[in-house]
Amino acid sequence: MIEVKNLRKTFPHKDTKNQKAEKVAVENLSLTIGTGEIFGLLGPNGAGKTTTIRMLTMLSRPTSGDILYDGKHVDNADDARKIKQMIGVVPQNLNFDQDLTVGENLELHARLYHMNREEREARIAELLEYVELQGVINDGVRQLSGGMKRRLLIARALIHRPEILFLDEPTVALDPQVRWRIWELVRRLANDGATVLITTHYIEEAEELCDRVAIMNKGKLIDVDTPKNFISRFGRFVAEWRDDVHRDFRFFNSREEARQFIGTIDAASSIRKSNLEDVFIELTGRKEGL
Amino acid sequence: MLADIWTVFWRDWVVLKHRMTAFILSRMVAPLLYLVAFGWGLGRSIQTANGASYIDFLVPGILALNSMNISFNSVTPVHAERVYHKSIEEYIIAPIRPYAYVIGKVLAAVLRGLISSAIIIVLSYAFGAHFTITPLFLLVLVLNCAIFAEIGFAAAMFLSTYEQMGQVNTYILLPMSFLCGTFFSTKALPDALRIFIDCLPLTHTSYLLRGIGSGAEVSLWSVGVLLIYLVVVFVIGGQAFIKLRN
Repeated sequence: MIEVKNLRKTFPHKDTKNQKAEKVAVENLSLTIGTGEIFGLLGPNGAGKTTTIRMLTMLSRPTSGDILYDGKHVDNADDARKIKQMIGVVPQNLNFDQDLTVGENLELHARLYHMNREEREARIAELLEYVELQGVINDGVRQLSGGMKRRLLIARALIHRPEILFLDEPTVALDPQVRWRIWELVRRLANDGATVLITTHYIEEAEELCDRVAIMNKGKLIDVDTPKNFISRFGRFVAEWRDDVHRDFRFFNSREEARQFIGTIDAASSIRKSNLEDVFIELTGRKEGL
Repeated sequence: MLADIWTVFWRDWVVLKHRMTAFILSRMVAPLLYLVAFGWGLGRSIQTANGASYIDFLVPGILALNSMNISFNSVTPVHAERVYHKSIEEYIIAPIRPYAYVIGKVLAAVLRGLISSAIIIVLSYAFGAHFTITPLFLLVLVLNCAIFAEIGFAAAMFLSTYEQMGQVNTYILLPMSFLCGTFFSTKALPDALRIFIDCLPLTHTSYLLRGIGSGAEVSLWSVGVLLIYLVVVFVIGGQAFIKLRN
């Protein structure tokens, strides 16, 4: 179980008057993520998702607050090494070693996690098959396509059989086909018992994959729930209308209520089932320009 | 800890193996030019104080400056790994001790520096130079490589841009290459400059290599100075790596 208590992260920056100031990236974030759960951090760009994941994976030290893995605190050096052995990270940027081949990148990672030669060789072969990259083991990473690189990142993160996997925007800028394959991989991991924490700004991704979703905006946690509960809390139907400039919508618990509402407005309108995107927009207050 | 150091070293060794031929060939260019220009060309018209040939005086200086340059530049890709590729994050996330990373990188740079030095030694003998290689001579070479690898590592941790890394070469390494007893004795310099130059590690490496190579007595004080640099810059680089997380 991962416990996050009152997490805060600030960065120094210069304000509009060129004076030293503090930029708050994450403010008072508290979360609990259960073992075996697929947990999503959903938010627009700049919401603080990546900063949160960087603090959870010990790439960045929180300004204040606590992070515990099964009761072990990340600030304790001995515990931190044990926690690092437990976690795997798929970063947003393709941070491969550019001077190594696909196989060498995986081997380096396996060595960093203290796997012996037999384990390394077997696991690399197994994972390359898992992500369907067997044929490129001796190719340089620069030669891979975007989708192949993303799958390789996942394979790299899984080498040491982590119990917890962090995926930071794993499908950003990928074709729908590749996105589907990565979702499939994540589901298989969760079925195998791994805890998965995924950040995304693709609402469809969060809805498709996550058991629970935390919606973040401007560094703050807005709400946490299952995608299903979010939708039923706000209303299962949406009446949507548009004028020349704007589109807007409103939640309703039944199609009948939505139909009655639409009868009262003078604009092009429709009724549809609500989705997580509607909830997200409602919670993050971005109706304008919809 | 040892396994982690080996892992970091292994990575650099793999990269070096990929490029070994290119590495060896490229490392021959500068020493060849120095030996031809300063050894054969200019050197034939220079009289040294003790009557020895200039090439015998020159070779330890070339070894010192070349091992400095190679070791420093072997570590500078760490800067790109930190600032541009972000591949250094793989090491920060991994359950290894930070100093294992620093030591692994420095040892890999020392290896490159020593390979380069071996090339110069072979070329120098081919050019007719006379000098003796002893265990202390090799130890001084290793120390010099390690110190400048550590300086390169610290620079890679602190500096933000490629341009700044280039400025370290221009403003620090290049002046040292010429002034630290490599091509001429520091006794020829004005006192104020000489005192400053005598505080720099490359000067002590040049003194030591030249002294050991010619069979003369050497000052253990110079070895001490190199050891002080070794420890101080190592701690600075190590602490900078630890603070990357912050």
